[in-house]
Amino acid sequence: MSTTAEPSPLALTPVATLSVAGARIANAARLVAVHALLILALVFVLGPIIWMLTTSVKPANEIFQAGIDFMPRNPQPITNYSDAFASVPLLQFMMNGVIVCAGILVVQLLTSIPCAYALAKIRFRGAPVVFALVLLGLCIPIQVPALPLYLAFAQLGLLNTYLGLMLPFFLSVFAIFLFRQFFRSFPDEIIQAARVDGMSEFEIVWRVVVPSAWPAIAAFSVFSVTAHWNDLYWPLIVVSKDALATPPLGVAFFFDAETGSDFGSMMAAATLVSAPLIIAFLVAQRQFIQGITMTGLK
Amino acid sequence: MALAADRREAPAPAAPSGIARQERVEAASGYLFALPAALLMLAIILGPSAVVIAMSFTNYELGAIDWGWIGLGNYGEMLSDRTFWRSMRNTFVYVLIVVPSSVLLGLAIAIMVQSRIRARRFYEVAFFLPVTTTLVAMAIVWSFVLHSRIGPVNAFLQLLGFEAVGFFTDPDTVLFSLALIGIWQLVGFNMILFIAGLSSIPRDLYDAAAVDGADGWLDRFLRVTWPMLGPTTMFVVVTTCITAFKVFDTVVVLTDGGPLGASEVLLHSIYLEGFQYFRIGYASALTVAFLVFILVFSLVQAWVIDRNVHYR
Repeated sequence: MSTTAEPSPLALTPVATLSVAGARIANAARLVAVHALLILALVFVLGPIIWMLTTSVKPANEIFQAGIDFMPRNPQPITNYSDAFASVPLLQFMMNGVIVCAGILVVQLLTSIPCAYALAKIRFRGAPVVFALVLLGLCIPIQVPALPLYLAFAQLGLLNTYLGLMLPFFLSVFAIFLFRQFFRSFPDEIIQAARVDGMSEFEIVWRVVVPSAWPAIAAFSVFSVTAHWNDLYWPLIVVSKDALATPPLGVAFFFDAETGSDFGSMMAAATLVSAPLIIAFLVAQRQFIQGITMTGLK
Repeated sequence: MALAADRREAPAPAAPSGIARQERVEAASGYLFALPAALLMLAIILGPSAVVIAMSFTNYELGAIDWGWIGLGNYGEMLSDRTFWRSMRNTFVYVLIVVPSSVLLGLAIAIMVQSRIRARRFYEVAFFLPVTTTLVAMAIVWSFVLHSRIGPVNAFLQLLGFEAVGFFTDPDTVLFSLALIGIWQLVGFNMILFIAGLSSIPRDLYDAAAVDGADGWLDRFLRVTWPMLGPTTMFVVVTTCITAFKVFDTVVVLTDGGPLGASEVLLHSIYLEGFQYFRIGYASALTVAFLVFILVFSLVQAWVIDRNVHYR
């Protein structure tokens, strides 16, 4: 605004120039103050992450020298990581994490998308009941059905199995809710035209509606994978063996067993476990922020 | 009767049997599509939740030969159980620390970040980073950062001439230390929700306020930003309450409820009673108490969303 405005005669008087300069200085000072505050907050927010990264390449003697040196003096980029791999089956944990997250996500999409389509676009008498159940289900976190599920899984021999880790999450009411919202804005004319062309409802869902719903599916996938990669409560209940532990559970086992004696390799392990999601976030920032803050809608 | 009404509205029905057949097929596929989801929902969410409520009236323990209905016995025990009251108190203290701090901090950062132009994206990503991290791994990192002997925070405090703080070993500070981790993970999340709220405030409201003589940033904040953000703030507060109320990971990994029960929280009590001591009946009663609080939060949340919709 100030650049395009014609210099008014008043601006040429010394007093006015002074006040313009003063405003500039005040503006600059405010800018500096804002950035200073933001950077101070960043120290709190990024501090632990940076500390984790730098400690993971510090030699043991530097770690146990209590100090505030962020940077390692004699960085040893390999030692702690190879120690971590040697003492914990980290790759196994990550593999388990991938299997569990992928299995959960695929089944969630297969069960929730048709249901969401039915609720959004098909008129049938059971619809209000199903939708009411979905709304009720939205309020119930996993900790509520956990006890009976555990007892049933013990009976069925599902403890310490991949299926046991995944089964309670095979249906996401949140996915139904979200996709229903999304499908409702899909034009009815296109669906009608597809029906006239003789497409079955099944084909309409998977070949007409789903291809247009990728943004919602991507956002939900981010939400689901993040939630289940990081989940501790259910794996802790259903798995007691290293071989089946998901990343958080594996790290928790490891931390318990070591009782804080080897911080270097623990920081290396923490880095490796956090890395996939952090890298994925940095690559696909927009989808991540969208996907995770969608829980706010929940 | 319905048929007659239809006739009146559509005097010239074209191929009524064809339409009726198509509607029947449509309705049938509606049931078919909803069925797997509905059955799963009953099997893994609603059914077990009903069973929990039923079990809370029994004295069932895993491996026990016989068990029976004991009415409100478990609830009576709960009300006279000092561990229960301590974990309720701790949970609420935790919520009361985490919610205001993470909401106000998130709001302050959102306001500062939102008016940046070139640096905005950088700040958004940097502040959001903790939200994507694995909390269990980061809890272990925090236990090191706040370590009483070799942690950098205590080294810094001692540098300034203070005494070292036993962040996780002192019963008086352990809840605050856990709350610090909770705040750390929630700030970025709340910031993003606030930025979305701030972006939807119309520019001309600030211009109008300026005409009315609001010039300082505090003036603009109190007259425009804060009132316009009302619905967003309500929403962020309730969402944060639910997350904070479910605190568990950091407790089970770092303190196990200790020292001396000073960080015992509700979900951890449920976990211990149900999955460590296998007192299923009593753990079910605790779960019902947990569910009641979550439902209250959810109702408030639904009410807030409903009001938001009306505002728009």
